[in-house]
Amino acid sequence: MTATLEPAPTPIRPDHHGLRVTQLRVIRSEWTKFRSLRSTLYTLLLAVVFMIGLGALFSGIQAGQAQGFDPGQTATSASLTGTFFAQLAIGVLGVLVITGEYSTGMIRASLAVVPARLPMLWAKLAVCAGAVFLTMLASSITAFTIGQLLLSGKHLDASLSDPGALRSIIGAALYLSVAAITALALGAVLRNTAAAISTFVAVFFVVPPLTMLLPASWTDHFVQYLPSNAGGMLIDGTYGVAHPLSPWTGFAVMCAYAVVLIGFAAWRLRRADA
Amino acid sequence: MIEVKNLSKRYGEKLAVDGVSFVVHPGMVTGFLGPNGAGKSTTMRMIAGLDRPTAGDVVVNDRRYRSCRAPMAELGVLLEAKAVHTGRSARNHLLALAQTNGVSSKRVDEVIDLVGLRSVAGTRVGGFSLGMGQRLGVASALLGNPQTVVLDEPSNGLDPEGVLWMRTMLKSLAADGHTVFVSSHLMSEMAQTATRLVVIGRGKLMADTTVAEFIARASASTVTVRTPEASRLRELLIAPDITISAGQPDVLHVDGLTAQHIGTIAWQAHLPIYELTVQQASLEQAFMELTSDSIEYRTTTSADPHTETVAS
Repeated sequence: MTATLEPAPTPIRPDHHGLRVTQLRVIRSEWTKFRSLRSTLYTLLLAVVFMIGLGALFSGIQAGQAQGFDPGQTATSASLTGTFFAQLAIGVLGVLVITGEYSTGMIRASLAVVPARLPMLWAKLAVCAGAVFLTMLASSITAFTIGQLLLSGKHLDASLSDPGALRSIIGAALYLSVAAITALALGAVLRNTAAAISTFVAVFFVVPPLTMLLPASWTDHFVQYLPSNAGGMLIDGTYGVAHPLSPWTGFAVMCAYAVVLIGFAAWRLRRADA
Repeated sequence: MIEVKNLSKRYGEKLAVDGVSFVVHPGMVTGFLGPNGAGKSTTMRMIAGLDRPTAGDVVVNDRRYRSCRAPMAELGVLLEAKAVHTGRSARNHLLALAQTNGVSSKRVDEVIDLVGLRSVAGTRVGGFSLGMGQRLGVASALLGNPQTVVLDEPSNGLDPEGVLWMRTMLKSLAADGHTVFVSSHLMSEMAQTATRLVVIGRGKLMADTTVAEFIARASASTVTVRTPEASRLRELLIAPDITISAGQPDVLHVDGLTAQHIGTIAWQAHLPIYELTVQQASLEQAFMELTSDSIEYRTTTSADPHTETVAS
């Protein structure tokens, strides 16, 4: 036995009790965070209301108009009109998932227990995308069903087996999921609720209609590549875009924007002080 | 164990921490003292891996914290009160933190009881007082029963009972072999809790020593003598290197002699002594002497030095 000059008692070795950070555990943690805030639940509920309520409203208006659909619109797209309003609530939701942590200081507690940091970002993206996809899929199925019921009075309704109908229903949920993670990545890059929400609203909601006021000779070259116009191609209808991308190409373009933003968010999270 | 090696942190023009090195040992409470703006919180954030050092290195339990597999078993931190989402309940907050490392929900309830928050565990944190926020922060630091605990101003906002509770808890953690590193600007609190002290001022290390040594080194002790023969005793004691000041007519304050020595001289001269008291310099005084040049935010009227360090 060797004598030691250490004045302190020998340190206890941490008994880890199976403690370890895994991606699945961090996802579980982020789910707890997600479901335990009223603000996230309210914004998600608002998206459901927009999706179903506005889908019914626009279908009802179409059913009331004798002359059928506007150019670029179909029975399916009319019943899913709510998507473009639901994206506002979804964008706020995505932003709040991350900026809520920066504004309250919670981020420091979160990163202190996951010092590798990136697992937290992946978990937030997964939980946010998953929750948005499932609720919005249920909402878009409901919106389609109610919408077609209203249109059937004028025999304008589409059925699920019609070309593009199923793709549009699932597409609305996919579109909103990617919008949510784009907003989340924006929040992670900007770290400020107001800045991230305004940027999201500008890009997804303000710029697309504004481009219609510009000369078509040059907007025709790029409007189809705006994230909302590109992703929106998954849902029936062209919405005034002269040269629309094909549905899945459009969706891939929208995803590409999200991936670039997420990459930037991950880089900033790793590099910058919390 | 925490090893801080030549640690520096620069924020723009300002060097918040400037080449600081020290080691925090297990089995005792180490106090981290410094005036406001000295760099205490910045150093603690770098220990927890939240801020990236401009230069230097921090090692926690022989590892880099960022690459720990079980971070909550290694290090528990309370960095500022209410690093908490205000819309969440205390229990859900702790549960979310616990789940990242696989800490059981049973342990979550255990720490809630440990810090005395059971009755409010289900209510939203936004309504918590500063003291309750501190207790919640301590609970989150202890979730993984970590080897090393880092607490930034844990007594801030606690009532006297809470301060006592905190002191007892820190000492028992240290007695169990944990490494406990606690910052404070309340010197009196540290004097009763800490065994060792790390003192910084303006980002630089000023002392790394035991509490007892720190007081002894920073200030010699003064002996107060009460005697009706004050002027005669004064003549007997006076010598170079010894300063004697008189407060009241029958009181002398002697620097440079022990109480034993003064008592013997008085007895030999048959002078009656009514009181003979060693005035130990307080940790507060020692701290003020050491850091008087390094206070970042000086008040314009510096009549009372205490207001400078305690004001926040």
